[in-house]
Amino acid sequence: MADLHFSDAEPTASERRAVLAALSVDEESDGAVVVSHPRVVRAGMQRRRQMRHQLLPALHALQREAGWISPGGLNFVGRTLGVPPAEAYGVATFYEMFRTEAPAHELSVRHVCIDPICALAGAAPLAEHLRSQGHAVHEGPCLGQCERAPAVFIQGRREPDRVPADGSGPDSLLVSITAPAPEAPSLLRHMIGREPGQSESMSMEAYRERGGGAALDAALRLGTDEVISQVTAAGLSGRGGAAFPTGIKWRAVADGEGPKHVVANIDESEPGTFKDRLLCELEPLAIIESIAVAGLTVGAEHGWIYIRGEYPLATQRLRHAIAQARSAGWLGDDAAGSGRPFDIELRRGAGAYICGEETALFNSLEGFRGEPRNKPPFPTTHGLFGRPTVVNNPETLLNVNEILRIGPEAYRSVGTEGSPGTKLFCLSGHVGRPGLYEAPFGMTLDELLGLAGGVQGTLAAVLLGGAAGSFVGPDAGGLRLSLEDTRAAGTTLGSGPVMVFNDTADMSAVVERLAKFFCDESCGQCVPCRVGTVRQHELVTQIRRTGRSTEPQRELLGDIADAMGDASICGLGHTAASAVLSAMRLGLLGDTAS
Amino acid sequence: MTRSGESLRPEAETERVTLSIDGREVTVPEGETILAACTAADVETPTICWAPNLTPVNVCRVCVVELEGSRTLVPACSRPAEAGMQISTDSERVRHSRRMVLEFLGSANDLSQASEIADWSRIYGADPARYDGGASDVSADGSGDLPERPGPERVREPVRIQDDLYIRAYDRCVLCYKCVEACGDDAQHTFAIAVAGRGFDARIRTEYDAELPDSACVYCGNCVAVCPTGALQFRTEFDLRAVGEWRPDDQSVTRTVCSYCGVGCNLDLHVQDERIVKVTSPADHSVTSGHLCIKGRFGWQYVHAPAFEPPTTSATEH
Ligand SMILES: Cc1cc2nc3c(=O)[nH]c(=O)nc-3n(C[C@H](O)[C@H](O)[C@H](O)COP(=O)(O)O)c2cc1C
Ligand code: SF4
Ligand code: SF4
Ligand code: SF4
Ligand code: FES
Ligand code: FES
Repeated sequence: MADLHFSDAEPTASERRAVLAALSVDEESDGAVVVSHPRVVRAGMQRRRQMRHQLLPALHALQREAGWISPGGLNFVGRTLGVPPAEAYGVATFYEMFRTEAPAHELSVRHVCIDPICALAGAAPLAEHLRSQGHAVHEGPCLGQCERAPAVFIQGRREPDRVPADGSGPDSLLVSITAPAPEAPSLLRHMIGREPGQSESMSMEAYRERGGGAALDAALRLGTDEVISQVTAAGLSGRGGAAFPTGIKWRAVADGEGPKHVVANIDESEPGTFKDRLLCELEPLAIIESIAVAGLTVGAEHGWIYIRGEYPLATQRLRHAIAQARSAGWLGDDAAGSGRPFDIELRRGAGAYICGEETALFNSLEGFRGEPRNKPPFPTTHGLFGRPTVVNNPETLLNVNEILRIGPEAYRSVGTEGSPGTKLFCLSGHVGRPGLYEAPFGMTLDELLGLAGGVQGTLAAVLLGGAAGSFVGPDAGGLRLSLEDTRAAGTTLGSGPVMVFNDTADMSAVVERLAKFFCDESCGQCVPCRVGTVRQHELVTQIRRTGRSTEPQRELLGDIADAMGDASICGLGHTAASAVLSAMRLGLLGDTAS
Repeated sequence: MTRSGESLRPEAETERVTLSIDGREVTVPEGETILAACTAADVETPTICWAPNLTPVNVCRVCVVELEGSRTLVPACSRPAEAGMQISTDSERVRHSRRMVLEFLGSANDLSQASEIADWSRIYGADPARYDGGASDVSADGSGDLPERPGPERVREPVRIQDDLYIRAYDRCVLCYKCVEACGDDAQHTFAIAVAGRGFDARIRTEYDAELPDSACVYCGNCVAVCPTGALQFRTEFDLRAVGEWRPDDQSVTRTVCSYCGVGCNLDLHVQDERIVKVTSPADHSVTSGHLCIKGRFGWQYVHAPAFEPPTTSATEH
């Protein structure tokens, strides 16, 4: 690479210290991860940037220390990691949690969620109140705490990030399991009855007593081919939203050559979704075990956790679990006695829904802007650092543990033929007990709502699948919640959010906010989504103002939706019109006029 | 056909793949794109972010085609051609998405100097005025009392004039990434500019929007040469346009070889009224691939000056 040119701006002593501390911590704790790989950018362009993947940790350190990414701080990071300042600036400006203008205060920043569930629960007055108390407030998208709305996350200035609700005694989580038999699959069963806040239960000993480690033992005993054939026989599909068959993915990566990676995608930013946060907070060692199972099965040496930056408690517990797993020999040069090396490195996102898209996640982790790559090539051949990569949602990975524990037949004993097993549902909004629920696929929507204490008031609509999903009306109670039934009904389960609105909710405001969400979260790379989401939002706003839609407006919305769905690069654009169109069909945006 | 070891296979023996473009069979070398196959089949394809001398970024999506078996349309410019592919380039879906991409750009950017995009917009019937919101002139209560409608959001940017060599008018920028690629991995390796921000607010920027003379820019002008919209424009052209004297039809192009060093870059001198108004290099030239350095690109100013002085980059903010 050519010599880099930097401006004269210098870092302060404290910025320099903060960056070096962040980098050396990573070197120390994650030394097992080899960092130099060629990267395939978009259509095969190769780059080699040995240090660049540490850009995000370095920017986090700068932001916490100085309250912004200052020119001097950015120069220092760029020089240290060999990143051109224009590119580092491009990365810094991509994320919600980084500021590139000097703040007028020395405060930690309170992020207040303004997405639908929190809006119903009084996010706007809360933000106002916090401001009046002299706090720095930043209003932003869903913080993954919808079960305890309105949500706040505090991004620390020279102090650790924290979530106020985490400190207030035992988690407000309500868990319900409806798996019928003791031998039937259940991800939540062993977590029930524990005080999630107790650090004792986070120990390796306690985890082993609960049966922890059995999946890893089984995986090593069975070997690659048998594990993959059991996962395939169990009919496991991905729980991150796309429902891709996990066995096929693992087979492809296991067949790949050379260095490989496994990535746990814990970016969880779909509005209405908070399951992954709770899984990590409740049973972090199970997540680590499941990543090790995946890594040793497909023959990867490097495991990665990419967790959204707004999850400090889950992050802390996962880090603790990684350390324990290293002490216990699960990770390291001879991982779990396999004779092969495997280790896990944790990376925090910085506020960008799009970084949950698997290829955007790779770019983000590598220190580039979180812009999705065109597919093909797929992650199974060209993933992280251009290498074959398994990327899975943590719920998917925990299901593999369960399959290895009870076998594929028992696993298939619940659920439907097309959707075996259970699904975690995140219930929020106007239900009696918002929280995390595990139910067999195929349960009806009414039954699920019943588990959660029923609808409060008169049901107006349910948003299935989050912003990328679609609304169903009060008459959809009989809808069976399986992949095949929701597909046939023209809707989706997505990653499992179920947002419930009664007739007191201003539905047109909800729809307008969803439309705005996509404008804010589009990476901006491709024209259909960059401009289409903005035009869609403008139309929704117009329709909302006038209280009814005209024929030309509906036609235009349809035209925009078709182009975004057909010509966008990634799933964000493909689904950006889905909730709006379903709301139009249900009349949630007002009457139709000709 | 027997396959010897991949790396030993000489270039000339590259395998060929046959696919169908609008029902016509075409054969192209393995590794070529659908776009190349379309060209081979005499099917013209609109492109904005693609260029023969740059790595495809497939972001504009104007080149999309329908591939049988694919849920979504696929970008012709970057998708490798595979044997047996059934491609439609003129289906209703394809025409719709192409029209919408062009319409979206027209509704967001000043495309007055993007002649190719304008031509394609005519061909596909793009009508950016559809977003002006005239159709919503219905007041809900019939009172005729309409709230203010601001009209569609557009890219608004001041012209950045920071030196004597080229200007940046980002209200014309369609974010094709070509300048970023030309400044970075694909040619110059200077990395002076990158995309910053997200979504509709994404822009081409130096770090903190630093003025060009203070940035890493070495004034090779390669970004200007690849820009399809006039968002980046040589000062000569910008100044002549300002006085209504930019007349491409009156310009002649003379090919010569740059005399500054021994590399042997081909130069195309664009001459209007006996003055050099622009210097480019052919994209298919084996030495330059269309890219030059500051001397070849801007050093011609000595031709018109009594004594050559290095081009100035003094900041003259607008
Ligand atoms: C805009 C967008 C956001 C996404 N966010 C997430 C996410 O936060 N977590 C996740 O597991 N998958 C997310 N996905 C899906 C991933 O791309 C990928 O399919 C998934 O991680 C694969 O894991 P699975 O097969 O276990 O579901 C997202 C996809 C898109 C298009
Ligand atoms: S669809 Fe949207 S989010 Fe996805 S690549 Fe295109 S602009 Fe980015
Ligand atoms: S003139 Fe050359 S160095 Fe300067 S921004 Fe353009 S491509 Fe980069
Ligand atoms: S300035 Fe020109 S070349 Fe650069 S992205 Fe914009 S339109 Fe493309
Ligand atoms: S935390 Fe507010 S909607 Fe999810
Ligand atoms: S020319 Fe193919 S996506 Fe732009």
